[in-house]
Amino acid sequence: MHLLKNPFNKLILFAILLIIPLAATSQITITGTVVVNNGKGEAIAQPGVNVYWQDSTAIQVTNKDGNFQIPFNKNSKKLVFSHPEYQTDTINVNRPNIGKILLQKEISLEEVVVRNNIKPLQKSLFEVQNVVTVDSREMLKAACCNLSESFETNPTVDVNISDAVSGAKQIQMLGLNSPYLLFTQENIPSIRGASQIYGLSFIPGSWIESIQITKGAGGVQNGYESISGQINSELVKPLSDKLLFLNVYSNNYERYEFNGRYNKKISENLGTGIYVHGNLRNGNIDNNDDGFLDTPLAEQINFMNRWQYMDSEKGWVSFLTLHYLKDKKNTGQLNFVPERDKLSTNYWGSEVLSNRLDISSKVGYVFPELPYQSIGIQTSYNIHDQNSYYGLNQYNIKQNSFYTNLIFNSIINNTQNKIKAGINYSNDYYDEQVNGQVLGRNDNTIGSFFEYSYDSLEKLSLVAGIRMDHHNKLGHFITPRFHIRYSLWDKASLRGSFGKGVKGANIFAENQQFFASSRSLEITENSGKIYGLKPEVAWNFGISFIQKLYLWNRVLDFSADFYSTQFQDQVVIDWEDPRKISFYNLDGKSYSNSLQMDLNYEIVQNLDFRATYKYYDIRVDYRSGSLTKPLQPKHRFFANLSYETHRKSNGSQWRFDYTLHWQGEQRLPNTASNPNNYQFASFSPSYGLMNTQVTRVFSKKFEVYIGGENIANYTQEMAILGSDDPFGPYFDSTILYAPVLGSTYYIGLRYKL
Amino acid sequence: MKKLIICLLLIITSVQAHAQDKNKKVSFEVKGNCAMCKARIEKASLKVKGVKYVNWDIPSKQLTLILDENKCTPLDVKKAIARVGHDTDSAQADDKTYNNLPPCCKFRDPASVLMDHNVKH
Repeated sequence: MHLLKNPFNKLILFAILLIIPLAATSQITITGTVVVNNGKGEAIAQPGVNVYWQDSTAIQVTNKDGNFQIPFNKNSKKLVFSHPEYQTDTINVNRPNIGKILLQKEISLEEVVVRNNIKPLQKSLFEVQNVVTVDSREMLKAACCNLSESFETNPTVDVNISDAVSGAKQIQMLGLNSPYLLFTQENIPSIRGASQIYGLSFIPGSWIESIQITKGAGGVQNGYESISGQINSELVKPLSDKLLFLNVYSNNYERYEFNGRYNKKISENLGTGIYVHGNLRNGNIDNNDDGFLDTPLAEQINFMNRWQYMDSEKGWVSFLTLHYLKDKKNTGQLNFVPERDKLSTNYWGSEVLSNRLDISSKVGYVFPELPYQSIGIQTSYNIHDQNSYYGLNQYNIKQNSFYTNLIFNSIINNTQNKIKAGINYSNDYYDEQVNGQVLGRNDNTIGSFFEYSYDSLEKLSLVAGIRMDHHNKLGHFITPRFHIRYSLWDKASLRGSFGKGVKGANIFAENQQFFASSRSLEITENSGKIYGLKPEVAWNFGISFIQKLYLWNRVLDFSADFYSTQFQDQVVIDWEDPRKISFYNLDGKSYSNSLQMDLNYEIVQNLDFRATYKYYDIRVDYRSGSLTKPLQPKHRFFANLSYETHRKSNGSQWRFDYTLHWQGEQRLPNTASNPNNYQFASFSPSYGLMNTQVTRVFSKKFEVYIGGENIANYTQEMAILGSDDPFGPYFDSTILYAPVLGSTYYIGLRYKL
Repeated sequence: MKKLIICLLLIITSVQAHAQDKNKKVSFEVKGNCAMCKARIEKASLKVKGVKYVNWDIPSKQLTLILDENKCTPLDVKKAIARVGHDTDSAQADDKTYNNLPPCCKFRDPASVLMDHNVKH
């Protein structure tokens, strides 16, 4: 990995090298290849095709390889391809290498293949907010069994594992952990409170249609809780989804997954879908020989039924969704038998049982005579029940939540000025038991919001929003959020944003990995209303720039953004004493600054390259002094290469994908007061992880994929402190900076109708 | 109470009978070809004071407007559209503006319609 040791310098050099040739281009020659279908589903080169500019007489003819060259004619820009046996085609030329042009037989009864040229990962030039949209094709690149694993090919979000015992994947944005993010499912807040740690693994990847990731201050519509960003997932919809989808997956650690979706159209306007997911992790894996399972044993049954009603003439759209889940995880020492050893000191073990029911509904109405005016109401109710123990620590949490949101959309004067206004109400009832101590809580919020957006239809657009909320524990507060976009020049946009976020910290649910340690718990505050702690309040500021341009005949996207989050109040989680974990109100400064630079480029046709460099500067004033955030690399580097072969008319294709994640050294929480053999160094080593996948699409109906994760087999040398004495004072599984599990290889099948 | 309802009903009906419609839906044909034309036509229409909503449908060439009849007329919109190069039944673009349109938007030439317009601009 020494090549990447100083990724920042490399990147600058690379950027300079990229910019120089741009200025040099003058006389442009348009090149390309003409292909035709040979009837067996293969595209073959077609010689003898006339190529000429519309309204011009100069004709070029394709050579035996189907290639042609023609000087650019800027007055026409329309290139015509004609051949007596094929349909004449006209292409609007917008780049020097127009790649492959497929001509269709003059009389063709075959299906016309409409290819979608939109990239699976999109950054918009025109969206006011800094939003990255990830569609289901991008999620297919990762083994992607659930939402927590669907960000592995996406550099905006960092995926970490919370601890060496539970194996739960946690995500971060702008260097802040997932509690500072707002997760929504179709714009209804989800994965909050009790489900914060495990909730991401409760949404199967194959149910997700797309994900929208908003960096920095989000909108005001979905609440005040988001601080570093919002992640919205759209689920598949009965009226637009495939009739049938089946997927099976298994890996070398005896992890098996099944996904099934079935949709039925009951009438033109009404559809229903049944979605089932089950998974089983059955392998007793201990490759690092510490006596502990490297990955938990798990079982999950997940069931969803959706109803969709849509009548676009009358303007109605409505959804009803029922979702039930049962998840069981069991981990700890290899010899641990739950029935025998539960809550005893025979062997260390843990079980986490979760039951969850979600019911949500949405009704929207668009005024048929006023297409810019609509009204919608969303309501959701869920019950989350977790029963768990980690060694001798017992933790149970039950959360009942009700949420409702009424939203009205309209315009002022014309559609350049849009407004959104609404009210929402939420209630969260928590019943927690921490080692027998009962902690109950009832949170109520009522709030209203107003958002104005302006679009000049040219260079400028902005969104300004404000919320006013009353929370029974956090009091009255106002949450402003603002976004602006300005087009600097052709294909370049500059964006800015700022916003405030407020949340109450669910310290146990959000940090339950500490139960898998001998650390004692310390809360030394009693002034606040949530566990004696004050609400967390932060401001986020961001600026971003994106430029799309043509480089060596192909599209290049370059973007850079800088975000800063400044905490006014924060619940500091202090891991710096290895004997305890302390929660206290921030006294001093806490900030998180992050810089991200991305480069996307299509190197040759269908071979896409993405590279990202990220720099984090996160600092908190602890009681013991100011320190950088532990377990957070300062530098991260990401690269992804993906290649697809030309799709044949029967849909068959090969797809290849390779991802590299490199993380710089991370500061580890202080363990200096432990005996020598229970100590970590001050910093972790830097390391790289590589994932790869090959998909063979046999037809539009059937595909097979194989892949490997962490193929270089990098694991943390000592994943658990004191694994030889799990009931002793030095046991700690929370200091995890690298994977516990080595190389994973998987195979899966997808069948769809 | 009864009086109030009657009074309100009278007010509502009189507003509908006498005042001009604040949300008048109008539809007419605008000549054009492609997505670039669509952006140009819609932008010009929306900038007319009183126009609230516009949508130009590429296949049918129909422009649908919602406008406030107190503030503008469909003819105002047609004139604004002509100023950016597109023709309607009662307002034509002058040749100079028309000639400055990109090749795929030169709707008066029948061949332009056959051009490939599916590239996003």
